[in-house]
Amino acid sequence: MDQFLQHLMNGIEAGVIYASLALALVLIFKTTGILNFAQGEMALVSTYFTWKLAEWGLPVWVAILVSVGVSFVGGALIERVVIRPVEQSSPLVIVIVTIGLFLALNSLAQVIFGTDAHLMPRAYPNESWDLLGVNVEADTLVLIAVLAVECVVLWYLLQRTKVGLALRGVASNPESSRLVGVPVGSMLMFGWGLAAALGALAGSLVVPTTAGLTAGSMQSILVFAFAAAALGGFDSPLGAVVGGLIVGVAQSLTTAYVDWLNDIEIIVPFGLILVVLLIKPAGLFGKVRVERV
Amino acid sequence: MTLLEVAELRAGYGPVQVLHGVDFSVNEGEVVVILGANGSGKTTTLRALSGILPARGTVRFEGRSIGGQRPEKTAQGGIAHVPQGRGTLTDLTVEENLRLGAYCRRDSRVDRDVGYWYEVFPRLGDRRTQPGGSMSGGEQQMLAIARAMMSNPKLLLLDEPSLGLAPIITQELFRVLSKLNASDGLSMLVVEQNAGLALGIATRGYVLESGSIAVSGSAAELAADDDVRKAYLGI
Repeated sequence: MDQFLQHLMNGIEAGVIYASLALALVLIFKTTGILNFAQGEMALVSTYFTWKLAEWGLPVWVAILVSVGVSFVGGALIERVVIRPVEQSSPLVIVIVTIGLFLALNSLAQVIFGTDAHLMPRAYPNESWDLLGVNVEADTLVLIAVLAVECVVLWYLLQRTKVGLALRGVASNPESSRLVGVPVGSMLMFGWGLAAALGALAGSLVVPTTAGLTAGSMQSILVFAFAAAALGGFDSPLGAVVGGLIVGVAQSLTTAYVDWLNDIEIIVPFGLILVVLLIKPAGLFGKVRVERV
Repeated sequence: MTLLEVAELRAGYGPVQVLHGVDFSVNEGEVVVILGANGSGKTTTLRALSGILPARGTVRFEGRSIGGQRPEKTAQGGIAHVPQGRGTLTDLTVEENLRLGAYCRRDSRVDRDVGYWYEVFPRLGDRRTQPGGSMSGGEQQMLAIARAMMSNPKLLLLDEPSLGLAPIITQELFRVLSKLNASDGLSMLVVEQNAGLALGIATRGYVLESGSIAVSGSAAELAADDDVRKAYLGI
Protein backbone atom coordinates (compact mmCIF):
# COMPACT_ATOMS: atom_id res chain seq x y z
CA MET A 1 0.00 0.00 0.00
CA ASP A 2 2.81 2.40 0.94
CA GLN A 3 4.47 1.47 -2.30
CA PHE A 4 1.33 2.26 -4.23
CA LEU A 5 0.91 5.65 -2.52
CA GLN A 6 4.52 6.49 -3.26
CA HIS A 7 4.07 5.66 -6.94
CA LEU A 8 0.92 7.74 -6.94
CA MET A 9 2.84 10.64 -5.39
CA ASN A 10 5.59 10.32 -8.00
CA GLY A 11 2.93 10.41 -10.67
CA ILE A 12 1.40 13.58 -9.23
CA GLU A 13 4.88 15.10 -9.10
CA ALA A 14 5.40 14.44 -12.80
CA GLY A 15 1.81 15.45 -13.52
CA VAL A 16 2.08 18.96 -12.08
CA ILE A 17 5.19 19.47 -14.20
CA TYR A 18 3.31 18.54 -17.37
CA ALA A 19 0.32 20.57 -16.26
CA SER A 20 2.33 23.74 -15.70
CA LEU A 21 3.50 23.79 -19.32
CA ALA A 22 0.15 22.51 -20.63
CA LEU A 23 -1.47 25.56 -19.05
CA ALA A 24 0.67 27.82 -21.25
CA LEU A 25 -0.28 25.79 -24.34
CA VAL A 26 -3.95 26.08 -23.46
CA LEU A 27 -3.65 29.81 -22.87
CA ILE A 28 -2.21 30.44 -26.34
CA PHE A 29 -4.77 28.16 -27.93
CA LYS A 30 -7.65 29.74 -26.06
CA THR A 31 -6.62 33.29 -26.88
CA THR A 32 -5.19 32.92 -30.39
CA GLY A 33 -6.38 29.56 -31.70
CA ILE A 34 -2.80 28.46 -32.36
CA LEU A 35 -1.08 25.26 -31.21
CA ASN A 36 2.32 26.53 -30.23
CA PHE A 37 4.94 23.85 -30.75
CA ALA A 38 7.63 26.29 -29.68
CA GLN A 39 6.12 26.73 -26.21
CA GLY A 40 8.65 24.39 -24.60
CA GLU A 41 11.64 26.06 -26.24
CA MET A 42 10.35 29.52 -25.33
CA ALA A 43 10.26 28.27 -21.76
CA LEU A 44 13.75 26.82 -22.24
CA VAL A 45 15.24 30.18 -23.25
CA SER A 46 13.43 31.82 -20.33
CA THR A 47 14.80 29.20 -17.96
CA TYR A 48 18.35 29.77 -19.23
CA PHE A 49 17.76 33.46 -18.62
CA THR A 50 16.66 32.76 -15.03
CA TRP A 51 19.73 30.56 -14.55
CA LYS A 52 22.06 33.27 -15.92
CA LEU A 53 20.53 35.95 -13.69
CA ALA A 54 20.92 33.67 -10.66
CA GLU A 55 24.50 32.95 -11.66
CA TRP A 56 25.17 36.69 -11.80
CA GLY A 57 24.17 36.76 -8.16
CA LEU A 58 20.50 37.68 -8.13
CA PRO A 59 18.44 35.84 -5.50
CA VAL A 60 16.72 32.98 -7.33
CA TRP A 61 13.16 34.16 -6.78
CA VAL A 62 14.09 37.64 -8.01
CA ALA A 63 15.72 36.04 -11.05
CA ILE A 64 12.51 34.11 -11.72
CA LEU A 65 10.34 37.24 -11.43
CA VAL A 66 12.63 39.19 -13.76
CA SER A 67 12.68 36.31 -16.22
CA VAL A 68 8.88 36.06 -16.15
CA GLY A 69 8.61 39.78 -16.90
CA VAL A 70 11.18 39.69 -19.69
CA SER A 71 9.54 36.58 -21.14
CA PHE A 72 6.19 38.38 -21.28
CA VAL A 73 7.78 41.03 -23.47
CA GLY A 74 9.66 38.40 -25.46
CA GLY A 75 6.51 36.39 -26.10
CA ALA A 76 4.65 39.50 -27.25
CA LEU A 77 7.54 40.35 -29.60
CA ILE A 78 7.57 36.82 -31.04
CA GLU A 79 3.87 37.20 -31.84
CA ARG A 80 4.44 40.57 -33.49
CA VAL A 81 7.53 39.64 -35.49
CA VAL A 82 7.23 35.93 -36.26
CA ILE A 83 3.55 35.01 -36.03
CA ARG A 84 1.80 38.17 -37.26
CA PRO A 85 3.05 37.92 -40.86
CA VAL A 86 1.48 34.46 -41.19
CA GLU A 87 -1.55 35.14 -39.00
CA GLN A 88 -3.94 35.02 -41.96
CA SER A 89 -2.45 31.84 -43.37
CA SER A 90 -3.80 28.32 -43.00
CA PRO A 91 -3.36 26.54 -39.66
CA LEU A 92 -0.80 24.25 -41.30
CA VAL A 93 1.44 27.21 -42.17
CA ILE A 94 1.22 28.52 -38.63
CA VAL A 95 2.04 25.10 -37.17
CA ILE A 96 5.10 24.89 -39.42
CA VAL A 97 6.19 28.36 -38.34
CA THR A 98 5.96 27.39 -34.67
CA ILE A 99 7.99 24.25 -35.39
CA GLY A 100 10.58 26.46 -37.10
CA LEU A 101 10.56 28.67 -34.04
CA PHE A 102 11.06 25.55 -31.91
CA LEU A 103 14.26 24.66 -33.83
CA ALA A 104 15.50 28.25 -33.94
CA LEU A 105 15.07 28.86 -30.21
CA ASN A 106 16.64 25.52 -29.33
CA SER A 107 19.69 26.22 -31.49
CA LEU A 108 19.89 29.76 -30.16
CA ALA A 109 19.96 28.43 -26.60
CA GLN A 110 22.80 26.06 -27.48
CA VAL A 111 24.80 28.78 -29.22
CA ILE A 112 24.45 31.23 -26.35
CA PHE A 113 24.53 28.95 -23.34
CA GLY A 114 26.53 25.98 -24.62
CA THR A 115 25.69 22.30 -24.61
CA ASP A 116 26.87 21.43 -21.08
CA ALA A 117 24.33 20.73 -18.40
CA HIS A 118 24.00 23.49 -15.80
CA LEU A 119 22.82 23.00 -12.26
CA MET A 120 19.67 25.03 -11.85
CA PRO A 121 19.16 26.46 -8.35
CA ARG A 122 15.87 26.28 -6.43
CA ALA A 123 14.14 29.33 -5.01
CA TYR A 124 13.30 27.42 -1.81
CA PRO A 125 15.01 24.81 0.41
CA ASN A 126 14.98 21.32 -1.09
CA GLU A 127 13.16 19.51 1.65
CA SER A 128 11.00 16.47 1.77
CA TRP A 129 8.63 15.16 4.38
CA ASP A 130 7.33 11.80 5.36
CA LEU A 131 3.56 11.82 5.18
CA LEU A 132 1.96 8.48 6.16
CA GLY A 133 4.93 6.64 4.76
CA VAL A 134 4.93 8.64 1.52
CA ASN A 135 7.83 10.87 0.64
CA VAL A 136 6.51 14.33 -0.30
CA GLU A 137 8.95 16.76 -1.92
CA ALA A 138 8.89 20.52 -1.44
CA ASP A 139 9.11 20.71 -5.26
CA THR A 140 5.73 19.06 -5.63
CA LEU A 141 4.06 21.30 -3.06
CA VAL A 142 5.51 24.45 -4.61
CA LEU A 143 4.42 23.41 -8.12
CA ILE A 144 0.93 22.52 -6.90
CA ALA A 145 0.60 25.87 -5.13
CA VAL A 146 1.85 27.80 -8.17
CA LEU A 147 -0.47 25.85 -10.48
CA ALA A 148 -3.44 26.52 -8.24
CA VAL A 149 -2.71 30.24 -8.17
CA GLU A 150 -2.19 30.30 -11.96
CA CYS A 151 -5.51 28.56 -12.52
CA VAL A 152 -7.44 30.99 -10.35
CA VAL A 153 -5.75 34.04 -11.86
CA LEU A 154 -6.27 32.77 -15.42
CA TRP A 155 -9.90 31.90 -14.76
CA TYR A 156 -10.53 35.33 -13.30
CA LEU A 157 -8.71 37.09 -16.14
CA LEU A 158 -10.50 35.19 -18.92
CA GLN A 159 -13.98 34.94 -17.44
CA ARG A 160 -14.35 38.05 -15.32
CA THR A 161 -12.45 40.90 -16.96
CA LYS A 162 -13.01 42.96 -20.06
CA VAL A 163 -9.54 42.14 -21.38
CA GLY A 164 -10.30 38.45 -20.92
CA LEU A 165 -13.54 38.79 -22.83
CA ALA A 166 -11.69 40.56 -25.64
CA LEU A 167 -8.99 37.85 -25.67
CA ARG A 168 -11.62 35.14 -26.05
CA GLY A 169 -13.48 37.22 -28.61
CA VAL A 170 -10.36 37.52 -30.74
CA ALA A 171 -9.85 33.75 -30.59
CA SER A 172 -13.46 33.12 -31.54
CA ASN A 173 -13.83 35.64 -34.35
CA PRO A 174 -11.04 38.17 -34.97
CA GLU A 175 -12.93 40.14 -37.61
CA SER A 176 -16.06 40.63 -35.52
CA SER A 177 -13.90 41.59 -32.54
CA ARG A 178 -12.14 44.18 -34.68
CA LEU A 179 -15.51 45.54 -35.83
CA VAL A 180 -16.54 46.30 -32.25
CA GLY A 181 -13.25 48.09 -31.62
CA VAL A 182 -11.01 45.42 -30.06
CA PRO A 183 -7.36 46.06 -31.00
CA VAL A 184 -6.78 42.50 -32.20
CA GLY A 185 -3.02 42.82 -32.68
CA SER A 186 -2.46 43.99 -29.11
CA MET A 187 -4.65 41.20 -27.79
CA LEU A 188 -2.68 38.54 -29.66
CA MET A 189 0.57 40.00 -28.34
CA PHE A 190 -0.88 40.00 -24.84
CA GLY A 191 -1.93 36.33 -25.15
CA TRP A 192 1.51 35.25 -26.35
CA GLY A 193 3.18 37.35 -23.68
CA LEU A 194 1.10 35.73 -20.95
CA ALA A 195 1.81 32.23 -22.26
CA ALA A 196 5.54 32.98 -22.44
CA ALA A 197 5.43 34.29 -18.86
CA LEU A 198 3.65 31.13 -17.68
CA GLY A 199 6.23 29.03 -19.54
CA ALA A 200 9.08 30.95 -17.91
CA LEU A 201 7.62 30.29 -14.48
CA ALA A 202 7.06 26.62 -15.30
CA GLY A 203 10.57 26.12 -16.70
CA SER A 204 12.29 27.96 -13.87
CA LEU A 205 10.50 25.86 -11.26
CA VAL A 206 10.56 22.53 -13.08
CA VAL A 207 14.16 22.33 -14.29
CA PRO A 208 15.67 22.43 -10.76
CA THR A 209 13.83 19.14 -10.11
CA THR A 210 15.61 17.47 -13.04
CA ALA A 211 19.20 16.39 -13.57
CA GLY A 212 20.25 19.76 -14.98
CA LEU A 213 19.53 22.45 -17.51
CA THR A 214 20.35 21.44 -21.08
CA ALA A 215 18.96 22.35 -24.47
CA GLY A 216 16.85 19.21 -24.29
CA SER A 217 15.35 19.98 -20.89
CA MET A 218 11.90 20.98 -22.07
CA GLN A 219 11.42 18.57 -24.94
CA SER A 220 10.11 15.50 -23.18
CA ILE A 221 8.08 17.76 -20.89
CA LEU A 222 6.52 19.47 -23.92
CA VAL A 223 5.49 16.14 -25.42
CA PHE A 224 3.68 15.17 -22.24
CA ALA A 225 2.29 18.69 -21.83
CA PHE A 226 0.74 18.36 -25.30
CA ALA A 227 -0.61 14.99 -24.24
CA ALA A 228 -2.08 16.58 -21.11
CA ALA A 229 -3.69 19.42 -23.05
CA ALA A 230 -5.14 17.06 -25.67
CA LEU A 231 -6.51 14.84 -22.94
CA GLY A 232 -8.06 17.66 -20.92
CA GLY A 233 -9.20 19.74 -23.89
CA PHE A 234 -7.12 22.44 -25.54
CA ASP A 235 -9.50 25.21 -24.52
CA SER A 236 -9.76 24.34 -20.84
CA PRO A 237 -7.19 25.45 -18.22
CA LEU A 238 -8.76 23.04 -15.73
CA GLY A 239 -8.50 20.30 -18.35
CA ALA A 240 -4.77 21.00 -18.73
CA VAL A 241 -4.23 20.45 -15.03
CA VAL A 242 -6.38 17.33 -14.75
CA GLY A 243 -4.90 16.02 -18.01
CA GLY A 244 -1.37 16.58 -16.68
CA LEU A 245 -2.14 14.70 -13.49
CA ILE A 246 -3.74 11.80 -15.36
CA VAL A 247 -0.78 11.49 -17.72
CA GLY A 248 1.73 11.68 -14.84
CA VAL A 249 -0.06 9.16 -12.65
CA ALA A 250 -0.77 6.75 -15.52
CA GLN A 251 2.88 6.87 -16.49
CA SER A 252 4.12 6.29 -12.94
CA LEU A 253 1.72 3.48 -12.06
CA THR A 254 2.06 1.49 -15.24
CA THR A 255 5.84 1.59 -15.25
CA ALA A 256 5.83 0.54 -11.60
CA TYR A 257 3.49 -2.40 -12.02
CA VAL A 258 3.83 -3.54 -15.62
CA ASP A 259 7.41 -4.71 -16.22
CA TRP A 260 7.44 -4.94 -19.97
CA LEU A 261 6.28 -1.29 -20.28
CA ASN A 262 9.45 0.06 -18.66
CA ASP A 263 11.25 0.78 -21.89
CA ILE A 264 8.24 2.11 -23.73
CA GLU A 265 6.51 4.04 -20.95
CA ILE A 266 5.61 6.77 -23.41
CA ILE A 267 3.02 4.40 -24.85
CA VAL A 268 0.84 4.68 -21.75
CA PRO A 269 -0.25 8.32 -21.85
CA PHE A 270 -0.66 8.18 -25.60
CA GLY A 271 -2.75 5.04 -25.45
CA LEU A 272 -4.90 6.81 -22.89
CA ILE A 273 -5.27 9.87 -25.09
CA LEU A 274 -6.24 7.73 -28.04
CA VAL A 275 -9.05 6.16 -26.05
CA VAL A 276 -10.30 9.46 -24.60
CA LEU A 277 -10.22 11.27 -27.92
CA LEU A 278 -12.03 8.43 -29.64
CA ILE A 279 -14.85 8.75 -27.13
CA LYS A 280 -14.69 12.51 -26.52
CA PRO A 281 -12.86 14.32 -29.34
CA ALA A 282 -12.86 17.72 -27.61
CA GLY A 283 -11.00 16.27 -24.60
CA LEU A 284 -12.33 15.64 -21.11
CA PHE A 285 -13.14 19.29 -20.36
CA GLY A 286 -13.07 20.75 -23.84
CA LYS A 287 -16.08 22.61 -25.18
CA VAL A 288 -17.70 20.95 -28.15
CA ARG A 289 -18.08 23.58 -30.84
CA VAL A 290 -21.57 23.98 -32.11
CA GLU A 291 -22.22 26.29 -34.97
CA ARG A 292 -25.43 26.87 -36.85
CA VAL A 293 -25.76 29.02 -39.90
CA MET B 1 -26.07 67.61 -42.08
CA THR B 2 -23.83 65.16 -43.86
CA LEU B 3 -22.67 62.38 -41.57
CA LEU B 4 -20.76 60.21 -44.01
CA GLU B 5 -19.35 61.38 -47.30
CA VAL B 6 -17.72 58.99 -49.72
CA ALA B 7 -16.04 60.06 -52.94
CA GLU B 8 -14.09 58.12 -55.56
CA LEU B 9 -13.90 55.04 -53.36
CA ARG B 10 -11.79 52.32 -54.96
CA ALA B 11 -11.13 48.95 -53.43
CA GLY B 12 -10.69 45.30 -54.31
CA TYR B 13 -9.12 42.01 -53.46
CA GLY B 14 -5.49 41.68 -54.50
CA PRO B 15 -5.19 42.44 -58.21
CA VAL B 16 -8.97 42.40 -58.72
CA GLN B 17 -10.47 45.85 -58.42
CA VAL B 18 -14.13 45.73 -57.43
CA LEU B 19 -15.01 49.35 -56.75
CA HIS B 20 -14.16 51.79 -59.53
CA GLY B 21 -14.84 55.10 -57.83
CA VAL B 22 -18.01 55.04 -55.75
CA ASP B 23 -19.65 58.28 -54.54
CA PHE B 24 -22.45 58.55 -52.02
CA SER B 25 -23.38 60.16 -48.74
CA VAL B 26 -25.46 59.54 -45.64
CA ASN B 27 -27.06 62.46 -43.81
CA GLU B 28 -27.77 62.49 -40.12
CA GLY B 29 -30.95 60.59 -39.31
CA GLU B 30 -31.19 58.99 -42.75
CA VAL B 31 -31.54 55.37 -43.75
CA VAL B 32 -29.66 54.95 -47.01
CA VAL B 33 -29.91 51.72 -48.96
CA ILE B 34 -27.46 50.42 -51.55
CA LEU B 35 -29.05 48.02 -54.01
CA GLY B 36 -27.21 45.92 -56.52
CA ALA B 37 -26.84 42.49 -58.03
CA ASN B 38 -24.48 39.82 -56.73
CA GLY B 39 -20.90 40.87 -57.29
CA SER B 40 -21.69 44.53 -57.88
CA GLY B 41 -19.54 45.56 -54.91
CA LYS B 42 -22.06 46.15 -52.09
CA THR B 43 -20.22 44.16 -49.45
CA THR B 44 -16.88 45.47 -50.67
CA THR B 45 -18.16 49.02 -50.17
CA LEU B 46 -19.04 48.38 -46.53
CA ARG B 47 -15.78 46.52 -45.87
CA ALA B 48 -13.79 49.36 -47.39
CA LEU B 49 -15.69 51.88 -45.24
CA SER B 50 -15.00 50.14 -41.96
CA GLY B 51 -11.35 49.57 -42.86
CA ILE B 52 -11.31 45.77 -43.18
CA LEU B 53 -10.28 46.21 -46.80
CA PRO B 54 -7.63 48.68 -47.88
CA ALA B 55 -9.20 51.39 -50.03
CA ARG B 56 -8.35 54.56 -51.90
CA GLY B 57 -10.54 57.62 -52.19
CA THR B 58 -12.14 60.00 -49.73
CA VAL B 59 -14.16 58.86 -46.75
CA ARG B 60 -15.24 61.58 -44.35
CA PHE B 61 -17.21 60.87 -41.18
CA GLU B 62 -18.50 63.85 -39.18
CA GLY B 63 -16.20 65.98 -41.29
CA ARG B 64 -13.05 64.05 -40.42
CA SER B 65 -11.21 61.87 -42.91
CA ILE B 66 -11.35 58.22 -41.87
CA GLY B 67 -10.05 56.67 -45.10
CA GLY B 68 -7.43 53.97 -44.57
CA GLN B 69 -8.16 53.85 -40.86
CA ARG B 70 -7.96 50.49 -39.08
CA PRO B 71 -11.33 48.84 -38.31
CA GLU B 72 -10.94 49.11 -34.56
CA LYS B 73 -10.44 52.87 -34.91
CA THR B 74 -13.50 53.16 -37.14
CA ALA B 75 -15.54 51.30 -34.53
CA GLN B 76 -14.21 53.52 -31.76
CA GLY B 77 -15.20 56.53 -33.87
CA GLY B 78 -18.87 55.54 -33.86
CA ILE B 79 -19.43 53.36 -36.93
CA ALA B 80 -20.81 49.90 -36.17
CA HIS B 81 -20.66 47.29 -38.92
CA VAL B 82 -22.98 44.27 -38.93
CA PRO B 83 -21.07 42.01 -41.32
CA GLN B 84 -22.55 39.69 -43.89
CA GLY B 85 -23.04 36.26 -42.35
CA ARG B 86 -23.69 37.90 -38.97
CA GLY B 87 -20.16 37.59 -37.57
CA THR B 88 -21.30 35.75 -34.45
CA LEU B 89 -18.58 35.08 -31.88
CA THR B 90 -19.66 31.47 -31.80
CA ASP B 91 -17.77 30.33 -28.68
CA LEU B 92 -18.94 33.25 -26.57
CA THR B 93 -22.33 33.24 -24.89
CA VAL B 94 -25.09 35.53 -26.13
CA GLU B 95 -24.50 37.87 -23.20
CA GLU B 96 -20.73 37.89 -23.79
CA ASN B 97 -21.37 38.76 -27.45
CA LEU B 98 -23.36 41.80 -26.31
CA ARG B 99 -20.80 42.85 -23.70
CA LEU B 100 -17.99 42.60 -26.23
CA GLY B 101 -20.04 44.96 -28.40
CA ALA B 102 -19.61 47.56 -25.66
CA TYR B 103 -15.82 47.11 -25.67
CA CYS B 104 -15.11 50.74 -26.54
CA ARG B 105 -17.45 52.20 -23.95
CA ARG B 106 -16.19 53.56 -20.68
CA ASP B 107 -19.54 54.43 -19.13
CA SER B 108 -21.43 52.44 -16.51
CA ARG B 109 -24.68 51.88 -18.38
CA VAL B 110 -23.61 48.69 -20.17
CA ASP B 111 -25.70 46.43 -17.88
CA ARG B 112 -28.78 48.54 -18.47
CA ASP B 113 -28.27 48.39 -22.25
CA VAL B 114 -27.82 44.61 -22.22
CA GLY B 115 -31.19 44.44 -20.48
CA TYR B 116 -32.66 46.83 -23.04
CA TRP B 117 -31.67 44.57 -25.95
CA TYR B 118 -33.12 41.56 -24.18
CA GLU B 119 -36.40 43.49 -24.18
CA VAL B 120 -36.15 44.36 -27.86
CA PHE B 121 -35.22 40.78 -28.79
CA PRO B 122 -36.71 38.57 -26.03
CA ARG B 123 -35.26 35.46 -27.67
CA LEU B 124 -31.75 36.71 -26.93
CA GLY B 125 -32.71 37.06 -23.27
CA ASP B 126 -34.00 33.49 -23.19
CA ARG B 127 -30.68 32.25 -24.56
CA ARG B 128 -28.29 34.59 -22.76
CA THR B 129 -26.06 31.80 -21.41
CA GLN B 130 -25.99 29.76 -24.63
CA PRO B 131 -23.05 29.92 -27.03
CA GLY B 132 -23.82 32.40 -29.81
CA GLY B 133 -23.09 29.77 -32.43
CA SER B 134 -25.84 27.48 -31.17
CA MET B 135 -28.62 29.86 -32.18
CA SER B 136 -30.66 29.92 -35.37
CA GLY B 137 -29.79 32.25 -38.24
CA GLY B 138 -32.51 34.73 -37.33
CA GLU B 139 -31.45 34.83 -33.69
CA GLN B 140 -27.83 35.33 -34.72
CA GLN B 141 -28.87 38.25 -36.93
CA MET B 142 -30.70 39.81 -33.98
CA LEU B 143 -27.59 39.22 -31.89
CA ALA B 144 -25.41 40.86 -34.56
CA ILE B 145 -27.59 43.98 -34.61
CA ALA B 146 -27.81 44.15 -30.82
CA ARG B 147 -24.03 43.64 -30.52
CA ALA B 148 -23.38 46.47 -32.97
CA MET B 149 -25.86 48.70 -31.15
CA MET B 150 -24.14 48.04 -27.81
CA SER B 151 -21.35 50.36 -28.97
CA ASN B 152 -23.82 53.30 -29.13
CA PRO B 153 -22.95 54.00 -32.76
CA LYS B 154 -23.76 57.13 -34.73
CA LEU B 155 -23.92 55.15 -37.95
CA LEU B 156 -24.96 51.54 -38.41
CA LEU B 157 -23.68 49.62 -41.45
CA LEU B 158 -25.83 46.59 -42.26
CA ASP B 159 -24.69 44.00 -44.78
CA GLU B 160 -27.58 41.91 -46.13
CA PRO B 161 -29.48 41.55 -42.85
CA SER B 162 -32.17 39.42 -44.57
CA LEU B 163 -29.76 36.87 -46.04
CA GLY B 164 -30.92 33.32 -45.42
CA LEU B 165 -33.76 34.28 -43.07
CA ALA B 166 -37.42 33.32 -43.18
CA PRO B 167 -39.61 36.18 -44.48
CA ILE B 168 -41.42 36.58 -41.16
CA ILE B 169 -38.11 36.98 -39.27
CA THR B 170 -36.85 39.43 -41.88
CA GLN B 171 -39.97 41.55 -41.46
CA GLU B 172 -39.52 41.58 -37.69
CA LEU B 173 -35.90 42.69 -38.09
CA PHE B 174 -36.80 45.50 -40.46
CA ARG B 175 -39.53 46.64 -38.10
CA VAL B 176 -36.93 46.96 -35.33
CA LEU B 177 -34.50 48.76 -37.66
CA SER B 178 -37.20 51.17 -38.77
CA LYS B 179 -38.06 51.88 -35.14
CA LEU B 180 -34.40 52.50 -34.26
CA ASN B 181 -34.27 55.11 -36.99
CA ALA B 182 -37.61 56.71 -36.21
CA SER B 183 -37.37 56.91 -32.41
CA ASP B 184 -33.60 57.22 -31.83
CA GLY B 185 -32.69 59.01 -35.04
CA LEU B 186 -30.01 56.42 -35.78
CA SER B 187 -28.44 56.78 -39.22
CA MET B 188 -28.04 53.61 -41.25
CA LEU B 189 -26.40 52.44 -44.42
CA VAL B 190 -28.07 49.22 -45.55
CA VAL B 191 -26.87 46.90 -48.27
CA GLU B 192 -29.68 44.61 -49.26
CA GLN B 193 -30.90 42.20 -51.93
CA ASN B 194 -34.47 42.42 -50.70
CA ALA B 195 -35.07 45.79 -52.37
CA GLY B 196 -38.74 46.00 -51.47
CA LEU B 197 -38.16 45.73 -47.74
CA ALA B 198 -35.08 47.92 -47.77
CA LEU B 199 -36.70 50.73 -49.77
CA GLY B 200 -39.63 50.50 -47.35
CA ILE B 201 -37.53 51.83 -44.48
CA ALA B 202 -35.07 53.94 -46.51
CA THR B 203 -34.91 57.68 -47.05
CA ARG B 204 -32.68 57.51 -50.09
CA GLY B 205 -31.01 54.85 -52.14
CA TYR B 206 -28.28 54.09 -54.64
CA VAL B 207 -27.97 51.35 -57.21
CA LEU B 208 -24.49 49.90 -57.54
CA GLU B 209 -23.57 48.33 -60.87
CA SER B 210 -20.18 46.75 -61.54
CA GLY B 211 -18.45 48.81 -58.93
CA SER B 212 -19.90 52.25 -59.51
CA ILE B 213 -23.13 54.08 -58.75
CA ALA B 214 -25.58 53.78 -61.65
CA VAL B 215 -28.74 55.33 -60.22
CA SER B 216 -29.49 57.41 -57.15
CA GLY B 217 -32.56 59.04 -55.71
CA SER B 218 -35.09 59.08 -52.92
CA ALA B 219 -36.55 55.77 -51.85
CA ALA B 220 -39.84 56.64 -53.51
CA GLU B 221 -38.13 57.58 -56.79
CA LEU B 222 -36.16 54.33 -56.84
CA ALA B 223 -39.24 52.27 -56.04
CA ALA B 224 -41.00 53.94 -58.98
CA ASP B 225 -38.07 53.64 -61.39
CA ASP B 226 -38.82 51.12 -64.15
CA ASP B 227 -35.28 49.76 -64.41
CA VAL B 228 -35.00 49.35 -60.64
CA ARG B 229 -38.40 47.69 -60.49
CA LYS B 230 -37.47 45.21 -63.19
CA ALA B 231 -34.00 44.43 -61.89
CA TYR B 232 -34.49 44.41 -58.11
CA LEU B 233 -38.17 44.34 -57.29
CA GLY B 234 -39.17 41.71 -59.81
CA ILE B 235 -42.24 43.61 -60.93
